[in-house]
Amino acid sequence: MVSLAVDNMLVGKDEPKGFLFENCRRNAFMAKQGVTLPKARSTGTTIVGVIFNEGVVLGADTRATGGSIVCDLNCEKIHYIADNVYCCGAGTAADTEFTTRMVSSKMELLKLRTGREGRVISALRMLKQYLFRYQGHVSAALVLGGVDVTGPALYTVYPHGSTDKLPYVTMGSGSLAAMSVFEDGYKVGMNEEEAKKLVRDAIRAGIVNDLGSGSNVDITVIKQGSVQQFRPYEVICKKSERQGDYTFPAGTTAVKSSHDMVPFSALRVTDEEVMEIS
Amino acid sequence: MAVLVDEGYQTHPTVQHRFFPYAQNGGTVVAVAGEDFSVVGCDTRLSEGYSILSRDVSKVRKMTKSGLLGCVGFHGDVLTLTKMLDAKMKQYKHTHGKDMSCEAMAQMLSSTLYYRRFFPYWVYNMVAGIDNNGKGCVFSYDPVGSYERETYRACGSASAIIQPLLDNQLGYKNQSNANPAPLTRDRVRTMVRDIFAAASERDIYTGDEVEISVIDANGIDTQRFPLRSD
Repeated sequence: MVSLAVDNMLVGKDEPKGFLFENCRRNAFMAKQGVTLPKARSTGTTIVGVIFNEGVVLGADTRATGGSIVCDLNCEKIHYIADNVYCCGAGTAADTEFTTRMVSSKMELLKLRTGREGRVISALRMLKQYLFRYQGHVSAALVLGGVDVTGPALYTVYPHGSTDKLPYVTMGSGSLAAMSVFEDGYKVGMNEEEAKKLVRDAIRAGIVNDLGSGSNVDITVIKQGSVQQFRPYEVICKKSERQGDYTFPAGTTAVKSSHDMVPFSALRVTDEEVMEIS
Repeated sequence: MAVLVDEGYQTHPTVQHRFFPYAQNGGTVVAVAGEDFSVVGCDTRLSEGYSILSRDVSKVRKMTKSGLLGCVGFHGDVLTLTKMLDAKMKQYKHTHGKDMSCEAMAQMLSSTLYYRRFFPYWVYNMVAGIDNNGKGCVFSYDPVGSYERETYRACGSASAIIQPLLDNQLGYKNQSNANPAPLTRDRVRTMVRDIFAAASERDIYTGDEVEISVIDANGIDTQRFPLRSD
């Protein structure tokens, strides 16, 4: 097994790159036969970003949903791209996760090749070219922010590959709620505290008013030469205290057969053999 | 509806539009029947899609002195159905000079629902109260009038995650050596409150507040407690 994996790595350059579509025909056939195919978990989400006088503040909620059920109460939506670049993701959880991870790895290689810190616009170009290639089927809606030699930069990337460059941006199902807070409260040249407060208010608006968003506010502040992460920055909705007692008495769990239990201390080792595991 | 071409993969879907006059407005109702009382709980959130339409809409209505009706589903039909039922209850009272019993109300609701068999009220109903013998009673329905008397039941958006809990805690399912102690008002009220707190953690259509009513010979006692608002 091990040698095979190494072989694959060595011949890797001859293999087709990107996604494998060999199951498409089979899956379409199965769908035709009436098999319901699994649905991906999507993050109905509120993500935002804002530029302030020293850098960029990114914010996100922490709820992941699958249909009407909350899959994760505290998921991480602000992804690492490089030491000076972070990216918030909305859409299909796997797509945002893998897309940002891929770009993060490409940014690291770029840094090693050029010997310089990567620029936000490089990550932007990688993301939009990748997403455009898949014509919106990779459903990642992103807020990309960072600080490089050109100063603070903030962009949104849509699943089809179009991008915007703006001083304050929102994305996800809670984007309307969040944007209304930005439109009301944004000022040019805010300081760090004002920007954090505004992002907190915008994410809160999403959490409270959009059913796809919930739980906590996460914030990442990127400045020249420093990154600060607040996870959580604030817990908007806490679970209420349980009022009743639901402890099961001992013996509630059914046991198939009740052999006499032998305490571990009563065992005597007569023979032992070390087995190789690998 | 997607169209499949010969290659077998999906191309641009053709969308078929048709008249669909229903909406799903979320919400959950839980009802439990005790020996001489019954308890109904409901959340107060009204929603559609990813939006909250209201944080303060009760899904339980008082029908008689000792009978409550819980309705969830399409709120438009909830309003129309309850208006119809109110009229029928009034008519009954004027004809017979007394309130309808819970059993009679349960049967009347079933008939009202089945009358619309092929254009149903998109409503999941639950009747709870005190029966003719002074015992707690719960009746649960599907949207076209099939109904059953039960001791505990959850209906609405979080029903699938609540019902197994009720089966375990009140039906003593999957418990060995369980000794079912008689239910008390306080225990059921506390349990319903905790159940809604838990459901609002995981169901996006359940939240804001829980309204719990205890019905017994003395009347109806209703209380409200906060839930998650996200």
